[in-house]
Amino acid sequence: MIVRIMGEGQWTVADSHFAELNKLDDELLAEMETGDRDGFRRTLCALLDEVRRCGAPLADDALEPSELILPSPDATLDEVRAMLSDNGLIPG
Amino acid sequence: MSGVMKRMGMIFRAKANKALDRAEDPRETLDYSYQKQLELLQKVRRGVADVATSRKRLELQLNQLQSQSSKLEDQGRKALALGREDLAREALSRRAALQQQVTDLETQHQTLQGEEEKLTLAAQRLQAKVDAFRTKKETIKATYTAAQAQTRIGEAFSGISEEMGDVGLAIQRAEDKTAQLQARAGAIDELLASGALDDPTGMAKDDIAAELDRISGGTDVELELQRMKAELAGGGTQQQAIEGGDGSAQDQAQGRTQHKFDKQ
Repeated sequence: MIVRIMGEGQWTVADSHFAELNKLDDELLAEMETGDRDGFRRTLCALLDEVRRCGAPLADDALEPSELILPSPDATLDEVRAMLSDNGLIPG
Repeated sequence: MSGVMKRMGMIFRAKANKALDRAEDPRETLDYSYQKQLELLQKVRRGVADVATSRKRLELQLNQLQSQSSKLEDQGRKALALGREDLAREALSRRAALQQQVTDLETQHQTLQGEEEKLTLAAQRLQAKVDAFRTKKETIKATYTAAQAQTRIGEAFSGISEEMGDVGLAIQRAEDKTAQLQARAGAIDELLASGALDDPTGMAKDDIAAELDRISGGTDVELELQRMKAELAGGGTQQQAIEGGDGSAQDQAQGRTQHKFDKQ
């Protein structure tokens, strides 16, 4: 599966790694919903590190749609919340 | 997976599609479509060429078979002439087999010819369609470009209208400055006229000089008026004066003569 980290690029991640990624992803969502900023920052970094660790980076010129997308490492909880709101990532 | 990753992916895809729809240039799409049609036309033409090549190959084979058949017929005739009926029979039986092949090939040839005609017709139709599409495409592209230009003009106009505010301000400023300069010039004129300010050009006069000028100017006018009045009132007097003048001149001449005689 191809995962994009916004602002960084894409990684091909084998399905076998998804159990761990899923766990972190769910944690991230829960922290976002409860407004736990510290927890959100910590989990986001852990999730991104995990993708970078277990994934193989895709060439920059490769044109592959990403199946999963992760916020950029410096994204704040509010930004991610805004991204997931009705307006989405691209306004309009 | 229902976490952030999945949700972001879904939203991103939905939005990206919308963004792509907006970014898509219909002219490029039309050109791409035209390109595809040309490729299709090329394929059909290649098909026609392939069928035509097969037909020609069949024709060559047919010619060969027919010449072989003629040859066998000749051989059979010669064998009969030489009294070799067995040889003649062999030749004729081979010829019969060849004839069967010829018939089969002729059937194939006809089929191929039919195919070729159909494909040629299809290619011609497709060519006409592609040509028509090209014309339409160019028209659409031109219309789109015009519409785009119109939009740009509209945008430029709205931009200009915004700028007009600035222009208005600039004009206002220029007007203010002009008025200010005019007021200043007026004040300077007054100051120069009153003699409070020295004119570096030396053209301006102080108030006393100005008054003297005014008085002397008035005197000149009075004198001129009197002279003109005198001229108009005494037309005859003037004549007399002229004549009298002449007489006095004569008198003067006479006097001079007298003086001359006196001397003598």
